[in-house]
Amino acid sequence: MKFGGRIWKFGDNIDTDAIIPARYLNTWDPQALAAHCMEDADPLFMKKMRPGDILIGGENFGCGSSREHAPIAIKAAGIAGVVAKSFARIFYRNSFNMGLPIFESRELWGLVEDGAEIEIDAGGGVIRIIGGATEPLHIQPVPPFMQELIADGGLMNHIAKGKAK
Amino acid sequence: MRGIGVRENGNMSMTITEKILSRHTDLDEVHPGMLINARVDIALGNDITAPIAIDVFRKSGGKEVFDREKIVLVPDHFAPNKDIESAEQCKIMRDFAREHEITHYFEVGEAGVEHALLPEKGIVLPGDLVVGADSHTCTYGALGAFATGVGSTDLAAAMLTGELWFKVPETMKFVYHGKRRPWVSGKDLILHTIGRIGVDGALYRAMEFTGEAIRELTMADRFTMANMAVEAGGKNGIFIPDEVTEAYVRERAGRKYEFYSSDPDALYHSVIDIDVEKIEPQVAFPHLPSNARGISEAGDVRIDQSIIGSCTNGRIEDLRVAASVLKGRHAAHGFRLIIIPATPAVYRQAMHEGLFDVFLDAGAVISLPTCGPCLGGYMGILAKGERSVATTNRNFVGRMGHPGSEVYLAGPAVAAATAVAGRLAGPEQL
Repeated sequence: MKFGGRIWKFGDNIDTDAIIPARYLNTWDPQALAAHCMEDADPLFMKKMRPGDILIGGENFGCGSSREHAPIAIKAAGIAGVVAKSFARIFYRNSFNMGLPIFESRELWGLVEDGAEIEIDAGGGVIRIIGGATEPLHIQPVPPFMQELIADGGLMNHIAKGKAK
Repeated sequence: MRGIGVRENGNMSMTITEKILSRHTDLDEVHPGMLINARVDIALGNDITAPIAIDVFRKSGGKEVFDREKIVLVPDHFAPNKDIESAEQCKIMRDFAREHEITHYFEVGEAGVEHALLPEKGIVLPGDLVVGADSHTCTYGALGAFATGVGSTDLAAAMLTGELWFKVPETMKFVYHGKRRPWVSGKDLILHTIGRIGVDGALYRAMEFTGEAIRELTMADRFTMANMAVEAGGKNGIFIPDEVTEAYVRERAGRKYEFYSSDPDALYHSVIDIDVEKIEPQVAFPHLPSNARGISEAGDVRIDQSIIGSCTNGRIEDLRVAASVLKGRHAAHGFRLIIIPATPAVYRQAMHEGLFDVFLDAGAVISLPTCGPCLGGYMGILAKGERSVATTNRNFVGRMGHPGSEVYLAGPAVAAATAVAGRLAGPEQL
């Protein structure tokens, strides 16, 4: 998987209430959730972003609630993927289970600002900053089992394939 | 069951977390970093997370749940239904529970805040492996169970297969030394701990709470501490079960349970010593649970509202502490004091003990059991610029209402004293 996009940069500890505030959790309709994506971190985010853009986070991205509404909102907003220094564990699981591409890079955050363009080569395990002078940045490798999850199209498909064997 | 990771040679000793995980596989031992498939004893969902899990379950061709007695569904977040959309979500869960004859579905009237309700009913027990589509599922670690929060898709998989994959976490051991000062509760110990290690200080890891100060804690205090393990990024919080645990579960358990403990030479990621005698009642300032400080260092902060309740501090012991502070006193003029007993049993007990009179005399309103305001649902939402002290577990931006509002986390003693003072205060400052 290889894709590129413009980035929006956020800080450390972006919690799931910032990604999708709980006051909107009386629905799980993806488009309804997407309308409020990142609202409490940046109220203008949905006006500024374009489909295909990429979110950049600092430490502990997605901390807080277990709500799957968070990756659902990000995906439905058209965000192509998230790169962070580290992810909170339930958000990390949820993203793999649902097929939202997420990557860990400790270096990227300090090298880019809003509007920069990056290219993510998931297979090659690198991120390139378009027009940037730096060498390609290495993505934290994903365990083989997690790669299997992605290849199978998420957890439920993975289970279905296992049963069919 | 199969181990997916590489087994390390050498030390055969295990922590309580590793032991419980291994007993839910066919492996003799597990070690941090291993990916395992494990059998699940209890799988939990609520009115926010279960509807998605049910949708995923059905779309995946799910016809039967793996065991109708091991699935628990509790409408507690936006229930009793706060609006039409919430009513629809609760209905999806109710209809599913009827269709699959789920034993542990709790209708309004029987339902309470899930993480107070399940231990009270003896549904989760020591030695269990529990997953819940709610991040505060880690509460049950207080019983000596492995319990962790997962997403709705994970819940769907658990409902379908009775198994789930886990990465065996490293364990951080927290040793609490000395005697607690007056008014210091489990909430103060955990807020202090999170303040010390940060909101990702235990990321992906188990937090094992030990030491002589821990052995003296009631189950209510232990639930409070395990509840907030996730606020330090922890995968689970866990206590070694003892006679306090035994006294709590003996009369509640309807099935067998098992006590596990960590081997003396088990390997830990790190060991952190905490001197309890130095800890005073804590308050965590906006907008992270790690912004904790002693109440004497809080400064002059005017507060509009106090919420006493939630899966963190809505148990009878918490209400007793609040009542002991509020007895013979009244909330400050114009202050909103909201008491939320976490379950119907807590509600009844508080009523029998006369606590409701104390609360009503203090100018409080007593809510039905619900998660309600904790996550900005209803029953105490904040306007722009307003501040609430709360015995809940999160003070993120917009958590309890307007993004321009503020939440200060504390235990019931500080939440009650603050109501009387109208500004941040502990009982000793009244």
